[in-house]
Amino acid sequence: MNTTDLGYAVQLSFIVGAALFAIGLHLMNSPATARTGNRLSALGMIIAVTAELVYVSQGHTGLGNWAIIVGGLALGGGAGLRLARTLPMTSMPQLVSLFNAVGGGAAALLALNDFLALDGRRVLAGGAPGLDGWRTLFIAADILIGSVTFTGSLIASAKLMGILKGQPILIPGGRIVTWFTVVCGLSVSIVLILAGAGVVTYETPVLYALLGVALACALLFGVTMVLPIGGADMPVVISLLNAFTGTAVAMAGFVVNNVMLIVAGALVGASGAILTRLMANAMNRSIANIMVGGFGSQEGMQADLTAEGSAVREVSVDDAAIQLAYASKVVIVPGYGLAVAQAQHGVRELADLLEARGIEVSYAIHPVAGRMPGHMNVLLAEANVPYPQLREMDDINPEFERTDVALVVGANDVTNPAARTDRSSPIYGMPILDVDRARSIIVVKRSMGRGYAGIDNPLYLNPKTGMFFADAKQGLQQLIAAVKAV
Amino acid sequence: MNVGILIDSLTVFVLAILLGFEVISKVPATLHTPLMSGTNSIHGIVLVGAIGLAATADSPPAAVLAFVAMAFAGANVVGGYWVTDRMLQMFKRHPVSPIDKAHQATRGSR
Repeated sequence: MNTTDLGYAVQLSFIVGAALFAIGLHLMNSPATARTGNRLSALGMIIAVTAELVYVSQGHTGLGNWAIIVGGLALGGGAGLRLARTLPMTSMPQLVSLFNAVGGGAAALLALNDFLALDGRRVLAGGAPGLDGWRTLFIAADILIGSVTFTGSLIASAKLMGILKGQPILIPGGRIVTWFTVVCGLSVSIVLILAGAGVVTYETPVLYALLGVALACALLFGVTMVLPIGGADMPVVISLLNAFTGTAVAMAGFVVNNVMLIVAGALVGASGAILTRLMANAMNRSIANIMVGGFGSQEGMQADLTAEGSAVREVSVDDAAIQLAYASKVVIVPGYGLAVAQAQHGVRELADLLEARGIEVSYAIHPVAGRMPGHMNVLLAEANVPYPQLREMDDINPEFERTDVALVVGANDVTNPAARTDRSSPIYGMPILDVDRARSIIVVKRSMGRGYAGIDNPLYLNPKTGMFFADAKQGLQQLIAAVKAV
Repeated sequence: MNVGILIDSLTVFVLAILLGFEVISKVPATLHTPLMSGTNSIHGIVLVGAIGLAATADSPPAAVLAFVAMAFAGANVVGGYWVTDRMLQMFKRHPVSPIDKAHQATRGSR
């Protein structure tokens, strides 16, 4: 579809839609206005889609075509709505991954259709006219990025859902396959672009076959890229795939010549890029390291210095409850273990009890506390924790020195002081929550097992630390009962 | 592809990326999950492209591609906006009293 063919009204509504997207994202800068922002963004979407439907209805759209439009929308929209309404907040990472997959997939399909319908014929007719190399470039970029996003996000989603195991899945020779798909996919795409530009000439079946190879490489790359990635690295992966989807949609915008797709794709790409960088920084890993396959390469780095039973001080429920009940400032440090145990509501109940006693309670949230950026905040908001109590790492860290009790529930690596001091530690340099600076620390933990990075946490050996060995949910219930009894 | 159109599109692309960086770097970490979910719905705009594709599909393979693209993009848009809204309605400034909670349970969100 060509921009010049579009009615001016349709183009204007696209501008309105794109502006509403930008304004909507701007309103996301505060929890107070974010909901309005999302609704404005949805309004922009409705305007754009309605305009396109009106435009299409003025053309030669047959009954069959309308059936595709209505049928596809009803099927997809219904499925999306069902998932969006029913899935629990703990499942948000896999849902977002799934939407990444279908968004990227749809973008790739646009380019695929465009190539099959247009460029194949043109190139066949003996060299492409004008700048069709450019068009082929965008088509190739869209198909490559969209396909990688599609399979990569599906694998990520499957891992998060537990269909595939969360630990790194290493296939023998997997790294080689990954590199092969990169080299093969890119070189075949370059040949296609040259063919599009008319530098080289191929018969249509050859072009289709080349496109098929590029497509297969990209799909395979998505799989081999994400399979070796462990659960704790998911925030980076999801952000990266989010950036990919945005880019794929922008490329699709170039292919079908639609400015709104370009604007929306660019906004999403920028968002994904920012989040990827934030997540990578929060884990102290460079994006380059992540891109080139540094994922999951930490196995074998376990320094075995478990001091089980040596200096660990165990604390009883009643002692822990007394410490909490007579504190004046308590900081709760939730980790993903809390979400796994579905203990968000318990933690909120305990906080309510403490607040009723006049104790200042806040939550220290590490950027990678969940399975996607900001995940822990959503889980706590769902448990009705007011958002002003949810404090970011840089904001809360100076306050630990004035904190009487830091209550660590289901968090491990993000509290590991070795990241600050121990140069040999795999997580050395990772920004952490300065829990060890609190006057006392209570760690609710099932056992002395290690965290995701598979390393020991000297915090547990700290004389100020009391270990309360319990499942997060049951442990909190016991604490609540004990605090009530104080 | 017309060079003029290409340059226009690239201009829009570059400016939109800069706008994106500017706007999104101001979003607090508390809202990063709804942000990602919200931008997710925005890339559902590919639906507009899918409609164009479906309207012009004139062969069985094109029809299949168009149908799948419609379904994918439709799920992306509808599900994305809905779940983002569901998430954002949970962010509240003040604690919710037990009475409010009971109210919420029976009447949905306030």
